[in-house]
Amino acid sequence: MVEIRWHSRAGQGAVTGAKGLGDVVSTTGKEVQAFALYGSAKRGAAMRAYNRIDDKKIINHEKFMLPDYVLVIDPALAFTDNITENDKPSTHYIITTHLSKEELMKGIPALLGKEDRVFVVDCMQISLDTIGRVVPNAPMLGAFIKVSGMFELDYFLESMKRVLSKFPQKIIDSNMDAISRAYNEVK
Amino acid sequence: MAEKYEIKETEVWDGNYAISQALRQAQVDVVAAYPITPSTPIVENYGNYVANGYIDGEFVMVESEHAAMSGCVGAAAAGGRVATATSSQGFALMVEVLYQASGMRLPIVLTVANRALASPLNVRGDHSDMYLGRDSGWIQLDAFNAEEAYDMTLCAFRIGEHLNVRLPVMVHQDGFLTSHTAQNIHPLSDEEAYGFVGDYKCVDEMLDFTRPVTYGAQTEEDWHFEHKAKQHKALMDSRTIIDEIFAEYGNLTGRTYKRVESYLMEDAEVAIVALGSSVETCRLAAEELRAEGVKAGVVAPRCFRPFPFDAVREALKDVKAIACLDRSSPGGAMGALFNEVSAALYSTQARPMVTNFIYGLGGRDFSVKEAKRIFMEQKAHVDAGHITTPIQQFSGLRGPKLGFFETKRS
Repeated sequence: MVEIRWHSRAGQGAVTGAKGLGDVVSTTGKEVQAFALYGSAKRGAAMRAYNRIDDKKIINHEKFMLPDYVLVIDPALAFTDNITENDKPSTHYIITTHLSKEELMKGIPALLGKEDRVFVVDCMQISLDTIGRVVPNAPMLGAFIKVSGMFELDYFLESMKRVLSKFPQKIIDSNMDAISRAYNEVK
Repeated sequence: MAEKYEIKETEVWDGNYAISQALRQAQVDVVAAYPITPSTPIVENYGNYVANGYIDGEFVMVESEHAAMSGCVGAAAAGGRVATATSSQGFALMVEVLYQASGMRLPIVLTVANRALASPLNVRGDHSDMYLGRDSGWIQLDAFNAEEAYDMTLCAFRIGEHLNVRLPVMVHQDGFLTSHTAQNIHPLSDEEAYGFVGDYKCVDEMLDFTRPVTYGAQTEEDWHFEHKAKQHKALMDSRTIIDEIFAEYGNLTGRTYKRVESYLMEDAEVAIVALGSSVETCRLAAEELRAEGVKAGVVAPRCFRPFPFDAVREALKDVKAIACLDRSSPGGAMGALFNEVSAALYSTQARPMVTNFIYGLGGRDFSVKEAKRIFMEQKAHVDAGHITTPIQQFSGLRGPKLGFFETKRS
Protein backbone atom coordinates (compact mmCIF):
# COMPACT_ATOMS: atom_id res chain seq x y z
CA MET A 1 0.00 0.00 0.00
CA VAL A 2 1.30 3.45 -0.98
CA GLU A 3 -0.39 6.38 0.75
CA ILE A 4 -0.19 9.99 -0.44
CA ARG A 5 -1.39 13.14 1.28
CA TRP A 6 -1.88 16.39 -0.65
CA HIS A 7 -1.79 19.75 1.14
CA SER A 8 -3.58 22.36 -0.91
CA ARG A 9 -5.92 25.29 -0.95
CA ALA A 10 -9.44 24.74 -2.26
CA GLY A 11 -9.35 25.69 -5.95
CA GLN A 12 -5.73 24.66 -6.62
CA GLY A 13 -6.77 21.31 -8.01
CA ALA A 14 -5.60 18.80 -5.39
CA VAL A 15 -8.80 16.78 -5.78
CA THR A 16 -8.48 16.77 -9.57
CA GLY A 17 -4.78 15.93 -9.21
CA ALA A 18 -5.47 13.07 -6.82
CA LYS A 19 -8.22 11.69 -9.09
CA GLY A 20 -6.08 12.12 -12.21
CA LEU A 21 -3.23 10.25 -10.54
CA GLY A 22 -5.65 7.51 -9.48
CA ASP A 23 -6.96 7.28 -13.02
CA VAL A 24 -3.48 6.80 -14.50
CA VAL A 25 -2.39 4.34 -11.81
CA SER A 26 -5.52 2.23 -12.41
CA THR A 27 -4.40 1.65 -16.01
CA THR A 28 -1.46 -0.36 -14.67
CA GLY A 29 -3.85 -2.82 -13.03
CA LYS A 30 -3.48 -1.38 -9.54
CA GLU A 31 -6.33 -0.57 -7.19
CA VAL A 32 -6.64 3.10 -6.25
CA GLN A 33 -8.54 5.38 -3.94
CA ALA A 34 -8.71 9.19 -4.16
CA PHE A 35 -10.59 11.35 -1.71
CA ALA A 36 -10.46 14.73 -0.04
CA LEU A 37 -11.34 16.44 3.19
CA TYR A 38 -13.40 19.49 2.36
CA GLY A 39 -17.10 20.18 2.13
CA SER A 40 -18.35 23.69 2.56
CA ALA A 41 -14.72 24.90 2.25
CA LYS A 42 -14.41 28.12 0.26
CA ARG A 43 -11.83 28.77 -2.45
CA GLY A 44 -8.51 29.47 -0.73
CA ALA A 45 -9.20 27.48 2.44
CA ALA A 46 -6.55 24.94 3.45
CA MET A 47 -7.64 21.39 2.58
CA ARG A 48 -6.18 17.95 2.12
CA ALA A 49 -6.61 15.29 -0.51
CA TYR A 50 -5.50 11.67 -0.30
CA ASN A 51 -4.50 8.74 -2.51
CA ARG A 52 -4.14 5.09 -1.65
CA ILE A 53 -2.56 2.67 -4.14
CA ASP A 54 -2.42 -1.09 -3.63
CA ASP A 55 -2.27 -4.41 -5.45
CA LYS A 56 -5.51 -5.60 -3.87
CA LYS A 57 -8.92 -3.98 -3.49
CA ILE A 58 -8.79 -1.04 -1.06
CA ILE A 59 -11.42 -1.43 1.66
CA ASN A 60 -10.00 1.00 4.20
CA HIS A 61 -12.28 4.06 4.44
CA GLU A 62 -10.61 5.80 7.39
CA LYS A 63 -9.27 9.29 6.78
CA PHE A 64 -6.26 8.65 9.02
CA MET A 65 -3.08 7.67 7.18
CA LEU A 66 0.70 7.40 7.63
CA PRO A 67 1.69 8.95 4.30
CA ASP A 68 4.53 7.62 2.13
CA TYR A 69 4.44 10.88 0.16
CA VAL A 70 3.39 14.36 1.22
CA LEU A 71 2.69 16.69 -1.73
CA VAL A 72 2.41 20.38 -0.83
CA ILE A 73 1.03 22.39 -3.76
CA ASP A 74 0.67 25.74 -1.99
CA PRO A 75 3.94 27.45 -0.95
CA ALA A 76 2.58 29.04 2.22
CA LEU A 77 1.00 25.84 3.55
CA ALA A 78 4.48 24.35 3.87
CA PHE A 79 4.96 26.82 6.71
CA THR A 80 1.47 27.09 8.19
CA ASP A 81 0.03 23.57 7.87
CA ASN A 82 1.34 20.59 9.85
CA ILE A 83 2.86 18.88 6.83
CA THR A 84 4.83 16.33 8.89
CA GLU A 85 1.75 15.08 10.77
CA ASN A 86 1.73 11.26 11.15
CA ASP A 87 4.85 10.89 9.02
CA LYS A 88 7.15 7.88 8.93
CA PRO A 89 10.96 7.58 8.79
CA SER A 90 10.53 6.94 5.05
CA THR A 91 8.01 9.71 4.18
CA HIS A 92 9.04 11.74 1.12
CA TYR A 93 8.09 15.41 0.81
CA ILE A 94 7.59 17.32 -2.43
CA ILE A 95 7.01 21.00 -1.76
CA THR A 96 6.19 23.75 -4.21
CA THR A 97 8.34 26.80 -3.53
CA HIS A 98 10.39 29.48 -5.26
CA LEU A 99 13.03 29.06 -2.53
CA SER A 100 16.02 26.75 -2.71
CA LYS A 101 15.78 23.58 -0.64
CA GLU A 102 18.21 25.01 1.93
CA GLU A 103 16.26 28.27 2.29
CA LEU A 104 12.98 26.37 2.65
CA MET A 105 14.36 23.94 5.23
CA LYS A 106 15.51 26.87 7.41
CA GLY A 107 11.92 28.03 7.73
CA ILE A 108 10.43 24.63 8.60
CA PRO A 109 12.06 23.13 11.72
CA ALA A 110 9.86 20.03 11.48
CA LEU A 111 11.78 18.98 8.35
CA LEU A 112 15.14 18.96 10.15
CA GLY A 113 16.92 15.66 9.73
CA LYS A 114 14.71 14.75 6.78
CA GLU A 115 16.86 16.54 4.15
CA ASP A 116 17.31 13.40 2.04
CA ARG A 117 13.56 13.02 1.72
CA VAL A 118 12.64 16.62 0.90
CA PHE A 119 12.26 17.72 -2.73
CA VAL A 120 11.38 21.16 -4.06
CA VAL A 121 9.81 22.34 -7.30
CA ASP A 122 8.18 25.65 -8.23
CA CYS A 123 4.76 24.44 -9.39
CA MET A 124 3.37 27.97 -9.24
CA GLN A 125 5.88 29.42 -11.71
CA ILE A 126 5.78 26.33 -13.93
CA SER A 127 1.99 26.44 -14.22
CA LEU A 128 2.08 30.20 -14.87
CA ASP A 129 4.66 29.71 -17.65
CA THR A 130 2.97 26.74 -19.31
CA ILE A 131 -0.76 26.86 -18.55
CA GLY A 132 -0.95 30.62 -18.06
CA ARG A 133 -2.52 30.57 -14.62
CA VAL A 134 -1.84 29.12 -11.21
CA VAL A 135 -2.89 25.45 -11.32
CA PRO A 136 -0.10 23.70 -9.45
CA ASN A 137 -1.64 20.20 -9.54
CA ALA A 138 -0.36 19.15 -12.99
CA PRO A 139 3.29 20.08 -12.33
CA MET A 140 3.13 18.36 -8.93
CA LEU A 141 2.16 15.15 -10.71
CA GLY A 142 5.27 15.46 -12.88
CA ALA A 143 7.47 15.99 -9.81
CA PHE A 144 5.81 13.04 -8.06
CA ILE A 145 6.44 10.70 -11.00
CA LYS A 146 10.12 11.63 -10.92
CA VAL A 147 10.61 11.33 -7.15
CA SER A 148 8.57 8.13 -6.75
CA GLY A 149 9.86 6.48 -9.92
CA MET A 150 6.37 5.05 -10.26
CA PHE A 151 6.15 5.57 -14.03
CA GLU A 152 8.28 6.46 -17.03
CA LEU A 153 7.54 10.06 -18.02
CA ASP A 154 6.35 9.10 -21.53
CA TYR A 155 3.92 6.49 -20.22
CA PHE A 156 2.50 8.96 -17.72
CA LEU A 157 2.11 11.70 -20.34
CA GLU A 158 0.27 9.35 -22.70
CA SER A 159 -2.08 8.28 -19.91
CA MET A 160 -2.72 11.86 -18.80
CA LYS A 161 -3.65 12.80 -22.37
CA ARG A 162 -6.40 10.24 -22.16
CA VAL A 163 -7.56 11.51 -18.74
CA LEU A 164 -7.73 15.05 -20.15
CA SER A 165 -9.20 14.00 -23.51
CA LYS A 166 -12.42 16.00 -23.01
CA PHE A 167 -10.45 19.28 -22.89
CA PRO A 168 -9.31 21.38 -25.90
CA GLN A 169 -5.94 20.41 -27.41
CA LYS A 170 -4.30 23.63 -26.18
CA ILE A 171 -5.07 22.77 -22.55
CA ILE A 172 -3.85 19.19 -22.99
CA ASP A 173 -0.58 20.39 -24.53
CA SER A 174 0.08 22.99 -21.82
CA ASN A 175 -0.56 20.43 -19.09
CA MET A 176 1.90 18.06 -20.77
CA ASP A 177 4.49 20.85 -20.77
CA ALA A 178 3.83 21.56 -17.09
CA ILE A 179 4.22 17.89 -16.12
CA SER A 180 7.41 17.48 -18.17
CA ARG A 181 9.01 20.65 -16.82
CA ALA A 182 8.33 19.74 -13.19
CA TYR A 183 9.62 16.21 -13.86
CA ASN A 184 12.91 17.70 -15.05
CA GLU A 185 13.17 20.52 -12.52
CA VAL A 186 12.27 18.85 -9.20
CA LYS A 187 15.31 18.48 -6.94
CA MET B 1 -31.73 9.03 -29.95
CA ALA B 2 -29.12 9.58 -27.21
CA GLU B 3 -25.43 9.87 -28.10
CA LYS B 4 -23.12 6.99 -27.23
CA TYR B 5 -21.07 7.55 -24.06
CA GLU B 6 -17.62 5.96 -24.07
CA ILE B 7 -16.90 3.99 -20.91
CA LYS B 8 -13.97 1.70 -20.20
CA GLU B 9 -13.87 -1.70 -18.53
CA THR B 10 -12.16 -0.15 -15.50
CA GLU B 11 -13.00 3.41 -14.52
CA VAL B 12 -11.91 5.47 -11.53
CA TRP B 13 -15.20 6.98 -10.41
CA ASP B 14 -16.55 8.27 -7.13
CA GLY B 15 -19.96 7.12 -5.87
CA ASN B 16 -21.79 10.13 -7.25
CA TYR B 17 -20.33 9.77 -10.74
CA ALA B 18 -21.03 6.05 -10.69
CA ILE B 19 -24.68 6.64 -9.78
CA SER B 20 -25.13 9.30 -12.45
CA GLN B 21 -23.84 6.81 -15.02
CA ALA B 22 -26.21 4.13 -13.74
CA LEU B 23 -29.13 6.58 -14.12
CA ARG B 24 -28.02 7.34 -17.67
CA GLN B 25 -27.74 3.65 -18.52
CA ALA B 26 -31.18 2.89 -17.05
CA GLN B 27 -32.66 5.39 -19.54
CA VAL B 28 -34.70 7.19 -16.91
CA ASP B 29 -37.66 9.12 -18.37
CA VAL B 30 -37.81 11.91 -15.78
CA VAL B 31 -35.33 13.21 -13.21
CA ALA B 32 -36.80 16.03 -11.09
CA ALA B 33 -34.13 17.30 -8.72
CA TYR B 34 -32.97 20.02 -6.41
CA PRO B 35 -29.23 19.67 -5.69
CA ILE B 36 -27.80 19.44 -2.17
CA THR B 37 -24.33 18.53 -0.86
CA PRO B 38 -23.02 15.83 -1.00
CA SER B 39 -25.42 14.39 -3.59
CA THR B 40 -25.14 17.43 -5.90
CA PRO B 41 -22.75 15.87 -8.47
CA ILE B 42 -25.28 13.09 -9.20
CA VAL B 43 -27.79 15.51 -10.71
CA GLU B 44 -25.07 17.90 -11.89
CA ASN B 45 -23.48 15.12 -13.96
CA TYR B 46 -26.91 13.98 -15.11
CA GLY B 47 -27.76 17.53 -16.23
CA ASN B 48 -24.47 17.55 -18.10
CA TYR B 49 -25.39 14.33 -19.94
CA VAL B 50 -28.78 15.82 -20.84
CA ALA B 51 -27.19 19.04 -22.15
CA ASN B 52 -24.68 17.08 -24.23
CA GLY B 53 -27.23 14.79 -25.81
CA TYR B 54 -26.46 11.57 -23.95
CA ILE B 55 -29.96 11.28 -22.53
CA ASP B 56 -33.39 11.21 -24.15
CA GLY B 57 -35.32 11.78 -20.92
CA GLU B 58 -36.44 14.97 -19.20
CA PHE B 59 -34.50 16.80 -16.51
CA VAL B 60 -36.82 18.99 -14.44
CA MET B 61 -35.33 21.66 -12.21
CA VAL B 62 -37.61 22.47 -9.30
CA GLU B 63 -37.67 24.92 -6.41
CA SER B 64 -37.18 22.53 -3.47
CA GLU B 65 -36.74 18.89 -2.54
CA HIS B 66 -40.43 18.73 -1.66
CA ALA B 67 -41.16 19.76 -5.23
CA ALA B 68 -38.49 17.39 -6.55
CA MET B 69 -40.16 14.35 -5.00
CA SER B 70 -43.61 15.71 -5.93
CA GLY B 71 -42.44 15.97 -9.54
CA CYS B 72 -41.20 12.40 -9.32
CA VAL B 73 -44.56 11.23 -7.95
CA GLY B 74 -46.40 12.94 -10.82
CA ALA B 75 -44.10 11.55 -13.48
CA ALA B 76 -44.18 8.05 -12.00
CA ALA B 77 -47.98 8.09 -11.75
CA ALA B 78 -48.11 9.26 -15.37
CA GLY B 79 -46.21 6.08 -16.29
CA GLY B 80 -42.51 6.87 -16.51
CA ARG B 81 -39.26 5.53 -15.09
CA VAL B 82 -38.28 8.15 -12.53
CA ALA B 83 -35.27 8.91 -10.31
CA THR B 84 -33.75 11.69 -8.23
CA ALA B 85 -31.06 12.29 -5.62
CA THR B 86 -30.79 14.08 -2.30
CA SER B 87 -29.13 14.30 1.13
CA SER B 88 -29.75 15.48 4.68
CA GLN B 89 -31.98 18.59 4.92
CA GLY B 90 -33.22 17.94 1.40
CA PHE B 91 -34.18 14.43 2.43
CA ALA B 92 -35.95 15.84 5.49
CA LEU B 93 -37.94 18.19 3.28
CA MET B 94 -38.89 15.25 1.04
CA VAL B 95 -40.21 13.13 3.87
CA GLU B 96 -43.87 14.05 3.49
CA VAL B 97 -43.80 13.09 -0.18
CA LEU B 98 -41.78 9.91 0.46
CA TYR B 99 -44.81 8.49 2.25
CA GLN B 100 -47.05 9.61 -0.62
CA ALA B 101 -44.81 7.84 -3.15
CA SER B 102 -44.72 4.55 -1.26
CA GLY B 103 -48.45 4.67 -0.46
CA MET B 104 -49.20 5.15 -4.16
CA ARG B 105 -46.85 2.21 -4.91
CA LEU B 106 -44.73 4.23 -7.36
CA PRO B 107 -41.37 2.59 -8.15
CA ILE B 108 -39.26 5.75 -7.96
CA VAL B 109 -35.51 5.41 -7.36
CA LEU B 110 -34.05 7.90 -4.86
CA THR B 111 -30.27 7.90 -4.53
CA VAL B 112 -29.17 9.31 -1.19
CA ALA B 113 -25.67 10.51 -0.32
CA ASN B 114 -26.07 10.10 3.44
CA ARG B 115 -25.35 13.21 5.47
CA ALA B 116 -25.89 14.50 9.01
CA LEU B 117 -28.98 16.53 9.90
CA ALA B 118 -28.74 20.03 11.38
CA SER B 119 -28.50 21.58 13.90
CA PRO B 120 -25.51 22.15 14.16
CA LEU B 121 -25.20 22.39 10.39
CA ASN B 122 -22.88 19.73 8.99
CA VAL B 123 -22.36 18.56 5.40
CA ARG B 124 -20.53 15.34 6.15
CA GLY B 125 -21.59 11.76 6.19
CA ASP B 126 -23.63 10.05 8.84
CA HIS B 127 -26.81 8.01 8.67
CA SER B 128 -29.35 10.44 10.13
CA ASP B 129 -31.16 10.87 6.82
CA MET B 130 -31.15 7.15 6.05
CA TYR B 131 -32.68 6.44 9.47
CA LEU B 132 -35.25 9.19 8.93
CA GLY B 133 -36.54 7.20 5.96
CA ARG B 134 -36.81 3.86 7.71
CA ASP B 135 -40.57 3.87 8.34
CA SER B 136 -41.45 5.58 5.05
CA GLY B 137 -42.39 2.39 3.23
CA TRP B 138 -39.47 2.48 0.81
CA ILE B 139 -37.03 -0.33 0.14
CA GLN B 140 -33.61 0.88 1.36
CA LEU B 141 -30.45 -0.59 -0.16
CA ASP B 142 -27.05 0.29 1.27
CA ALA B 143 -23.78 0.55 -0.69
CA PHE B 144 -20.46 0.26 1.15
CA ASN B 145 -18.28 1.65 -1.68
CA ALA B 146 -18.58 3.47 -5.00
CA GLU B 147 -18.87 0.36 -7.18
CA GLU B 148 -21.68 -0.93 -4.99
CA ALA B 149 -23.45 2.43 -5.34
CA TYR B 150 -23.46 1.82 -9.09
CA ASP B 151 -24.58 -1.80 -8.71
CA MET B 152 -27.33 -1.00 -6.20
CA THR B 153 -28.72 1.75 -8.45
CA LEU B 154 -29.14 -0.65 -11.38
CA CYS B 155 -30.65 -3.28 -9.08
CA ALA B 156 -32.99 -0.67 -7.53
CA PHE B 157 -34.87 -0.18 -10.82
CA ARG B 158 -35.34 -3.91 -11.29
CA ILE B 159 -36.50 -4.44 -7.70
CA GLY B 160 -38.86 -1.49 -7.43
CA GLU B 161 -40.42 -1.97 -10.86
CA HIS B 162 -40.91 -5.73 -10.44
CA LEU B 163 -44.62 -6.45 -10.93
CA ASN B 164 -44.81 -8.25 -7.57
CA VAL B 165 -43.11 -5.35 -5.74
CA ARG B 166 -44.02 -1.92 -7.21
CA LEU B 167 -42.42 0.06 -4.41
CA PRO B 168 -40.01 2.99 -4.39
CA VAL B 169 -36.37 2.20 -3.64
CA MET B 170 -33.65 4.26 -1.97
CA VAL B 171 -29.98 3.61 -2.70
CA HIS B 172 -27.79 4.84 0.15
CA GLN B 173 -24.10 5.66 0.04
CA ASP B 174 -22.01 7.47 2.65
CA GLY B 175 -21.66 11.19 1.93
CA PHE B 176 -18.06 12.06 0.99
CA LEU B 177 -16.71 8.71 2.26
CA THR B 178 -18.30 7.02 -0.74
CA SER B 179 -19.94 9.80 -2.75
CA HIS B 180 -16.66 11.70 -3.19
CA THR B 181 -14.14 8.86 -2.96
CA ALA B 182 -12.90 7.69 -6.36
CA GLN B 183 -12.05 4.01 -6.67
CA ASN B 184 -11.67 1.38 -9.38
CA ILE B 185 -15.08 0.54 -10.79
CA HIS B 186 -16.03 -2.02 -13.40
CA PRO B 187 -19.21 -0.68 -15.02
CA LEU B 188 -21.37 -2.64 -17.41
CA SER B 189 -21.61 -1.60 -21.04
CA ASP B 190 -24.72 0.44 -21.86
CA GLU B 191 -26.25 -2.59 -23.61
CA GLU B 192 -25.60 -4.94 -20.69
CA ALA B 193 -26.85 -2.43 -18.14
CA TYR B 194 -30.06 -1.65 -20.00
CA GLY B 195 -30.49 -5.33 -20.83
CA PHE B 196 -30.46 -6.02 -17.09
CA VAL B 197 -32.77 -3.15 -16.09
CA GLY B 198 -35.14 -3.76 -19.01
CA ASP B 199 -37.97 -1.67 -20.45
CA TYR B 200 -40.25 0.07 -17.98
CA LYS B 201 -43.53 -1.76 -17.46
CA CYS B 202 -46.43 0.63 -16.88
CA VAL B 203 -49.03 -0.25 -14.25
CA ASP B 204 -52.20 1.85 -13.99
CA GLU B 205 -50.49 4.76 -15.73
CA MET B 206 -52.45 8.01 -15.67
CA LEU B 207 -51.52 8.79 -19.27
CA ASP B 208 -53.66 5.84 -20.40
CA PHE B 209 -56.79 7.92 -21.01
CA THR B 210 -58.77 4.86 -22.09
CA ARG B 211 -58.62 3.59 -18.50
CA PRO B 212 -58.81 6.50 -16.01
CA VAL B 213 -57.37 5.84 -12.53
CA THR B 214 -57.09 7.81 -9.29
CA TYR B 215 -53.87 8.25 -7.34
CA GLY B 216 -53.67 9.56 -3.77
CA ALA B 217 -57.29 8.99 -2.79
CA GLN B 218 -58.52 9.56 0.75
CA THR B 219 -59.34 6.53 2.91
CA GLU B 220 -60.40 6.94 6.53
CA GLU B 221 -60.83 4.15 9.09
CA ASP B 222 -62.71 2.09 6.57
CA TRP B 223 -59.75 1.25 4.28
CA HIS B 224 -56.56 3.05 5.38
CA PHE B 225 -55.44 0.16 7.60
CA GLU B 226 -55.89 -2.41 4.83
CA HIS B 227 -53.90 -0.25 2.42
CA LYS B 228 -51.03 0.11 4.88
CA ALA B 229 -51.06 -3.61 5.72
CA LYS B 230 -50.93 -4.45 2.02
CA GLN B 231 -48.05 -2.07 1.57
CA HIS B 232 -46.18 -3.63 4.51
CA LYS B 233 -46.79 -7.10 3.10
CA ALA B 234 -45.44 -5.98 -0.26
CA LEU B 235 -42.26 -4.81 1.50
CA MET B 236 -41.92 -8.08 3.41
CA ASP B 237 -42.61 -10.15 0.29
CA SER B 238 -40.04 -8.19 -1.71
CA ARG B 239 -37.31 -10.13 0.14
CA THR B 240 -37.38 -13.12 -2.18
CA ILE B 241 -37.48 -10.91 -5.27
CA ILE B 242 -34.50 -8.89 -4.01
CA ASP B 243 -32.65 -12.21 -3.56
CA GLU B 244 -33.54 -13.27 -7.13
CA ILE B 245 -32.46 -9.96 -8.66
CA PHE B 246 -29.19 -9.89 -6.69
CA ALA B 247 -28.49 -13.43 -7.92
CA GLU B 248 -29.21 -12.45 -11.51
CA TYR B 249 -26.94 -9.41 -11.19
CA GLY B 250 -24.26 -11.71 -9.76
CA ASN B 251 -24.48 -13.99 -12.79
CA LEU B 252 -24.05 -10.97 -15.05
CA THR B 253 -21.19 -9.25 -13.22
CA GLY B 254 -19.62 -11.73 -10.83
CA ARG B 255 -20.61 -9.36 -8.04
CA THR B 256 -23.19 -11.20 -5.95
CA TYR B 257 -24.98 -9.33 -3.18
CA LYS B 258 -27.07 -10.61 -0.29
CA ARG B 259 -29.67 -8.90 1.89
CA VAL B 260 -27.25 -9.50 4.73
CA GLU B 261 -23.55 -9.57 3.94
CA SER B 262 -21.43 -11.80 6.18
CA TYR B 263 -17.64 -11.63 6.25
CA LEU B 264 -15.38 -14.11 8.08
CA MET B 265 -18.42 -15.34 10.02
CA GLU B 266 -18.07 -19.14 9.60
CA ASP B 267 -16.43 -19.65 13.02
CA ALA B 268 -16.67 -16.10 14.40
CA GLU B 269 -16.82 -15.62 18.15
CA VAL B 270 -17.17 -11.82 18.08
CA ALA B 271 -18.87 -9.68 15.43
CA ILE B 272 -19.54 -6.09 14.45
CA VAL B 273 -22.81 -5.19 12.75
CA ALA B 274 -22.60 -1.94 10.78
CA LEU B 275 -23.83 -0.04 7.74
CA GLY B 276 -22.12 2.00 5.04
CA SER B 277 -18.43 2.39 4.29
CA SER B 278 -17.52 1.45 7.88
CA VAL B 279 -18.46 -2.13 7.00
CA GLU B 280 -15.35 -2.38 4.82
CA THR B 281 -13.16 -0.68 7.45
CA CYS B 282 -14.44 -3.24 10.00
CA ARG B 283 -13.69 -6.07 7.53
CA LEU B 284 -10.09 -4.89 7.36
CA ALA B 285 -9.96 -4.79 11.18
CA ALA B 286 -11.39 -8.34 11.33
CA GLU B 287 -8.76 -9.57 8.84
CA GLU B 288 -5.98 -8.07 10.94
CA LEU B 289 -7.38 -9.56 14.17
CA ARG B 290 -7.74 -12.98 12.53
CA ALA B 291 -3.98 -12.88 11.93
CA GLU B 292 -3.61 -12.31 15.67
CA GLY B 293 -5.86 -15.27 16.50
CA VAL B 294 -9.09 -13.42 17.32
CA LYS B 295 -12.14 -14.96 15.65
CA ALA B 296 -13.69 -11.71 14.42
CA GLY B 297 -16.33 -11.27 11.71
CA VAL B 298 -18.57 -8.59 10.21
CA VAL B 299 -22.30 -8.68 9.44
CA ALA B 300 -23.92 -5.89 7.44
CA PRO B 301 -27.50 -5.42 6.29
CA ARG B 302 -27.28 -4.66 2.56
CA CYS B 303 -31.01 -4.21 2.64
CA PHE B 304 -31.96 -1.95 5.54
CA ARG B 305 -35.67 -2.06 4.59
CA PRO B 306 -37.27 -4.52 4.48
CA PHE B 307 -35.19 -5.30 7.57
CA PRO B 308 -33.68 -8.77 7.13
CA PHE B 309 -34.83 -10.07 10.52
CA ASP B 310 -34.48 -13.69 9.40
CA ALA B 311 -31.10 -13.36 7.71
CA VAL B 312 -29.60 -11.29 10.56
CA ARG B 313 -30.68 -13.96 13.04
CA GLU B 314 -29.14 -16.68 10.88
CA ALA B 315 -25.88 -14.76 10.41
CA LEU B 316 -25.35 -14.08 14.13
CA LYS B 317 -26.89 -17.04 15.93
CA ASP B 318 -23.56 -18.73 16.77
CA VAL B 319 -21.62 -15.61 17.83
CA LYS B 320 -20.95 -14.88 21.51
CA ALA B 321 -20.66 -11.07 21.59
CA ILE B 322 -21.80 -8.49 19.07
CA ALA B 323 -21.28 -4.73 18.75
CA CYS B 324 -23.96 -2.89 16.76
CA LEU B 325 -22.69 0.38 15.30
CA ASP B 326 -25.17 3.22 14.76
CA ARG B 327 -24.04 6.30 12.82
CA SER B 328 -27.05 8.41 13.78
CA SER B 329 -27.82 10.24 17.00
CA PRO B 330 -30.44 8.04 18.66
CA GLY B 331 -32.18 10.94 20.38
CA GLY B 332 -32.78 9.39 23.79
CA ALA B 333 -32.93 5.72 22.88
CA MET B 334 -30.65 2.87 21.92
CA GLY B 335 -29.45 2.99 18.31
CA ALA B 336 -31.93 1.67 15.75
CA LEU B 337 -29.59 -1.00 14.38
CA PHE B 338 -28.93 -2.20 17.95
CA ASN B 339 -32.65 -2.41 18.66
CA GLU B 340 -33.48 -4.28 15.47
CA VAL B 341 -30.56 -6.71 15.66
CA SER B 342 -31.25 -7.36 19.36
CA ALA B 343 -34.91 -8.05 18.60
CA ALA B 344 -33.91 -10.54 15.91
CA LEU B 345 -31.48 -12.28 18.28
CA TYR B 346 -33.94 -12.45 21.17
CA SER B 347 -35.69 -15.33 19.42
CA THR B 348 -32.49 -17.41 19.07
CA GLN B 349 -31.41 -20.15 21.48
CA ALA B 350 -28.08 -18.60 22.41
CA ARG B 351 -29.11 -14.95 22.82
CA PRO B 352 -25.60 -13.53 22.40
CA MET B 353 -24.40 -10.44 24.26
CA VAL B 354 -25.12 -7.29 22.26
CA THR B 355 -23.80 -3.79 22.87
CA ASN B 356 -24.35 -0.53 21.02
CA PHE B 357 -21.86 2.05 19.77
CA ILE B 358 -22.87 5.47 18.52
CA TYR B 359 -20.04 6.62 16.22
CA GLY B 360 -18.99 8.80 13.31
CA LEU B 361 -21.62 11.52 13.69
CA GLY B 362 -21.12 14.46 11.36
CA GLY B 363 -18.34 12.61 9.53
CA ARG B 364 -16.09 11.91 12.55
CA ASP B 365 -13.39 9.53 11.30
CA PHE B 366 -13.80 5.83 12.06
CA SER B 367 -10.44 4.08 11.99
CA VAL B 368 -9.32 0.48 11.62
CA LYS B 369 -7.68 0.87 15.03
CA GLU B 370 -11.00 1.85 16.63
CA ALA B 371 -12.80 -1.05 14.93
CA LYS B 372 -10.16 -3.40 16.36
CA ARG B 373 -10.61 -1.89 19.81
CA ILE B 374 -14.36 -2.51 19.60
CA PHE B 375 -13.76 -6.12 18.54
CA MET B 376 -11.38 -6.63 21.47
CA GLU B 377 -13.95 -5.23 23.87
CA GLN B 378 -16.39 -7.87 22.62
CA LYS B 379 -13.68 -10.47 23.21
CA ALA B 380 -13.35 -9.20 26.79
CA HIS B 381 -17.12 -9.70 27.28
CA VAL B 382 -16.77 -13.28 26.02
CA ASP B 383 -13.80 -14.00 28.29
CA ALA B 384 -15.59 -12.53 31.32
CA GLY B 385 -18.86 -14.27 30.47
CA HIS B 386 -20.84 -11.03 30.78
CA ILE B 387 -20.97 -7.51 29.35
CA THR B 388 -18.17 -5.56 31.03
CA THR B 389 -19.07 -2.09 29.72
CA PRO B 390 -22.18 0.08 29.55
CA ILE B 391 -24.56 -1.35 26.95
CA GLN B 392 -24.54 1.88 24.94
CA GLN B 393 -21.22 3.67 24.38
CA PHE B 394 -19.93 6.45 22.17
CA SER B 395 -16.98 5.68 19.90
CA GLY B 396 -14.60 8.44 18.81
CA LEU B 397 -16.19 11.08 21.05
CA ARG B 398 -13.87 13.70 22.53
CA GLY B 399 -14.05 14.52 26.24
CA PRO B 400 -15.18 12.22 29.06
CA LYS B 401 -16.50 8.76 28.19
CA LEU B 402 -20.23 8.58 27.68
CA GLY B 403 -22.19 5.39 28.31
CA PHE B 404 -25.64 4.24 29.38
CA PHE B 405 -27.27 1.19 31.00
CA GLU B 406 -25.63 -1.77 32.73
CA THR B 407 -26.51 -5.37 32.02
CA LYS B 408 -28.75 -7.28 34.41
CA ARG B 409 -27.52 -10.64 33.12
CA SER B 410 -24.87 -12.60 34.96
